[in-house]
Amino acid sequence: MSTARISRSVLPGFGLSLGFTLAYLGLIVLVPLSAAFLKTAGMSWHDFTDAVASPRVLASYRLSFGASLAAGLVNAFFGLLVAWVLVRYPFPGRRVVDALVDLPFALPTAVAGIALTAIYSKNGWVGQWLEPHGIKVAFTEIGVFVALTFIGLPFVVRTLQPVLEELEPEIEEASASLGANRWQTMSRVILPELLPALLTGFALAFARALGEYGSVVFISGNMPMRTEITPLLIITKLEQYDYRGATAIAVVLLIVSFVMLLLINLLQKWSRRFHRI
Amino acid sequence: MASAVASSLSVHAAPKSTMPLARHDPAWVRWSLTTAALLFLAFFVLLPLAAVFTEAFRRGIGAYLLAFRDPDAIASIKLTLLTAAIAVPANLVFGIAAAWSITKFNFRGKSLLTTLIDLPFAVSPVISGLVYVLVFGLQGWLGSWLQAHDIKIIFAVPGIVLATTFVTFPFVARELIPLMQSQGADEEYAAITLGANGWQTFWRVTLPNIKWGLLYGVILCNARAMGEFGAVSVVSGHIRGETNTMPLHVEILYNEYNLVSAFAVASLLALLAIITLVLKSLVEWRYAKSGS
Repeated sequence: MSTARISRSVLPGFGLSLGFTLAYLGLIVLVPLSAAFLKTAGMSWHDFTDAVASPRVLASYRLSFGASLAAGLVNAFFGLLVAWVLVRYPFPGRRVVDALVDLPFALPTAVAGIALTAIYSKNGWVGQWLEPHGIKVAFTEIGVFVALTFIGLPFVVRTLQPVLEELEPEIEEASASLGANRWQTMSRVILPELLPALLTGFALAFARALGEYGSVVFISGNMPMRTEITPLLIITKLEQYDYRGATAIAVVLLIVSFVMLLLINLLQKWSRRFHRI
Repeated sequence: MASAVASSLSVHAAPKSTMPLARHDPAWVRWSLTTAALLFLAFFVLLPLAAVFTEAFRRGIGAYLLAFRDPDAIASIKLTLLTAAIAVPANLVFGIAAAWSITKFNFRGKSLLTTLIDLPFAVSPVISGLVYVLVFGLQGWLGSWLQAHDIKIIFAVPGIVLATTFVTFPFVARELIPLMQSQGADEEYAAITLGANGWQTFWRVTLPNIKWGLLYGVILCNARAMGEFGAVSVVSGHIRGETNTMPLHVEILYNEYNLVSAFAVASLLALLAIITLVLKSLVEWRYAKSGS
């Protein structure tokens, strides 16, 4: 503790504010989270692997990771498109559209879930056109993907927007004056410049999708081995009073989330360094 | 985790009106890209929003209003308001305290603390509920003690408030930390040097400087607090009229195939989302004005 530096500060309230911050953080976040790890630490290795690697749980990982990855990729592509259009092409109503991008954050997940289910079920606005062609969305893996795409939409747009706004016009002018056409400038100059932010946005959307519950459970249909996401299995085990099993799966998911958090922090550091050059 | 998104106050700079020629894309490129982006947003964002209201009014306004005659619906609205009324101020006070200690002082472990504050964003909502069951549930750490003293936390209102506080934990702090970092501590130093005490300094110097960022954080925090589903679903126990928040009430009605009522209650939450977006845009606009 660098007490020398603290005591030199004239401002009051260090002890009070830091003390309260640490106490509140500990009581609300750290102690409850540690309960999950401690509960799992009490399990034998055999019980643990039984709980986290049963066929039904493995199927849920495949769906959760697969659908989150697909949704993240779609969001990376369309998020780039939306961010580009919002920053570069002024059009009437741009501010409204910009605000709408945040709707998936603001709309409660359960509301999104039932709305998407209504749209994509057999009689829904979109479902009635897809079903005759043999494409079922609601109550299939595709439905999970659609819900996760909705939920992850703002992440890529919001991480790319500030970077696009700060992109210096000089590099594009230099590229053009050196004879590059617009497509070459785009793919060789602009895209590499955006890459760290694009990856960060993708990782944020992916991480959010992995843990998502509310928007998915209504549209997925929750069929064992087919359309069960991992967070749903935690709830299922809890409802069967299998607290250890639920916690073991939660710990696996928590570890993946923490690795993602670390990765995102590294990506953000990289992107900051990238932009100082 | 959503820090990049949450702290987006400074994002919305006005676009430059005159683009240099080298950045100017041909009209057909601009048109087709804009159309594609708008179609994507209309399909994925506007359509679900429209569906909520269409389904809610499918049987007319009478059937819509009937949903709010149900005492269970009213109880769920009250519980949602109560939960937000506790969780949001709690996280507001925390956000100010955390930002004050992190931005006005130097101490070791500061960046670790900042990362830990973000932690709840990285945790699945379902797990946010589960961890409280492990602490306060019947088989949990404090379960038998709580039962002996006849205190109910899980499957009762305190559990719902706790889980909501957990999922909305970082919102205010995440807004204030970068904002207060960029403002520095010079004005506070001046106030103290001129003889103000700590509280005077905070109320008259710091608070006016951070009010827009604070409001922004509170708006986002409140939207999430009222709309949270996964975390409260785990700790609520789904007792009708007692431990159902609005999103949980929507789920029950939906699973009973009472679609009009489910979408009617959902439409209130959708309205809340729209109000949130409008307020958020207004604050961003005010902030951009006061910042420049």
